[in-house]
Amino acid sequence: MTISAEPRHLDARYDVLVVGAGPAGMAAAIGAREMGADSVLLVDRERDPGGILLQCIHSGFGLHAFKEEITGPEYAERFFEQVLDHEVDVLTDAFVMDVTAERRVKLMSPSVGVTTVDAGAVVLAMGARERTRGAIHIPGDRPSGVMTAGLAQKMVNLEGYLPGRRAVILGSGDIGLIMARRLTLEGVEVVGVFELLAHPSGLGRNIVQCLEDFDIPLHLSTTVVGIHGRDRLERLTVAPVDDQRQPLMDRAWDVDCDTLLLSIGLIPDAELARDLGARMDPLTGGPMVSSTMETSLPGVFAAGNVVHVNDLADWVSQEARVAGEAAGALSTGRMRPLEDIRLLPGDNVGYVVPHTISSDHTQTVSFRVRKPIYGDTQLRLGEVHRRKLKAAVPAEMITIKVGPHLLEGFTGDALRVDAVPFDAEADAPSDAVGGER
Amino acid sequence: MADSTTETAVYLCTGCPLGCRLEVDAVAGDVIEVRGHTCKRGERYGRQEYLDPRRPLSTTVWVRGARVARLPVRSAESVPRDRLVEVAEALRGVCVDAPVRRGQVVLADVAGTGVDVIASRSLEPVG
Repeated sequence: MTISAEPRHLDARYDVLVVGAGPAGMAAAIGAREMGADSVLLVDRERDPGGILLQCIHSGFGLHAFKEEITGPEYAERFFEQVLDHEVDVLTDAFVMDVTAERRVKLMSPSVGVTTVDAGAVVLAMGARERTRGAIHIPGDRPSGVMTAGLAQKMVNLEGYLPGRRAVILGSGDIGLIMARRLTLEGVEVVGVFELLAHPSGLGRNIVQCLEDFDIPLHLSTTVVGIHGRDRLERLTVAPVDDQRQPLMDRAWDVDCDTLLLSIGLIPDAELARDLGARMDPLTGGPMVSSTMETSLPGVFAAGNVVHVNDLADWVSQEARVAGEAAGALSTGRMRPLEDIRLLPGDNVGYVVPHTISSDHTQTVSFRVRKPIYGDTQLRLGEVHRRKLKAAVPAEMITIKVGPHLLEGFTGDALRVDAVPFDAEADAPSDAVGGER
Repeated sequence: MADSTTETAVYLCTGCPLGCRLEVDAVAGDVIEVRGHTCKRGERYGRQEYLDPRRPLSTTVWVRGARVARLPVRSAESVPRDRLVEVAEALRGVCVDAPVRRGQVVLADVAGTGVDVIASRSLEPVG
């Protein structure tokens, strides 16, 4: 079977149109077909479907979706086989330029030119992009050799170029950690990983298998304060920071290197949603969504990293399937669930998705803590639900399933989500608050 | 129970993204108990990590006649942790021709480890 597909023809109207064929978009397209959408078009700007999965050659994907651990390209290909099995039309090498609130989609590609397609529902699944040097204002020269970790990943894993010979990585996010290992295996010397915060931003497993396995030093509470080099990067100045994150320049030192990879966070690639006029969440940078991942504009859904940056592709796919199913259901004329409870980030919670929930069905609520708690942690969903966790760190997204039984008898219009250190007395279990795992 | 002859090693399980903290009790080089795991894979991981640490390896090789320059490959099973770099080096000169099928063996018994390296992606030939 072939991995790339072109629609035999492009229809003027589709029940559901999905923007982006990564782990979110592919799952949304499948979900839409399964819930009854007759025609689904999946559009991607790259020539091969799969999105960023194609350059994520490491394992760690598929534990939920396929019940085994596989690599990114395998996850993409197996998902895409399901997309084709579900008779989804696929248009790659096509760029969505504009979506209107009436769900008229303008797209451009070498095969169809500039054309307009009407959709009963649209699912936005554009993913996220990397923050760059400009986002953190590193002073110094502007030589070549300074790039985001994901760009280096694309160069190494798809295009066959090495970014340099001696590299430093700023930021301990997962992509940076994975690139530290990747460059080491390709014979590039990785001098060290520098992290502004006092704790790593990436998953614990990646600290072990990407840094410790290769004796790559991780410098916490330390950052890059100077970039030096005329044409090519020659040297960095790094310095420890105090607890206000201010560099201690008297303790700065220099590091010789020709490459600096930035792994300093992702931001939702949400311009289409913003241009559309969807309500945006300043905490996530993505659109606000209901429990079925519908934005503030009826019939326009969004899911995956375009809504909030997830830890795992598997979770992106799960969330996008919800969006696709709801988009598909809408096309068959089914009613939306009544959606009348707002979720608010409370104590030590950075953001919560979705932004509203319904007492009609079971939904997954995802959030991140702001500050790490390295010990028993109490999660609270207003007064209706409590759960104890062993720890809670910003690097790991937390999810709770909220079903109708939890919301029975709740008469308010908003619930606060808190994640605070466990206090045995105040948090004594009570029979009145049911919990589910 | 731990006693004077018991040695306890602490690992962070890399078996999945959960990252459970494992404690492995061993007496005279034999694992007698694994604690802290939340699944069967975790218990196996703790035992293996103490006796013979292994990791899955992913890297890329050259591919001719496809739309991309590199073919992603992975070890069919985990390889000894201490030989990861050696295995990656053994794959550095390898070049395959499109078409490639996902799962196809790219290099058998890489670096004498007894482990095959397989393609992680299918690639069609381009004209």
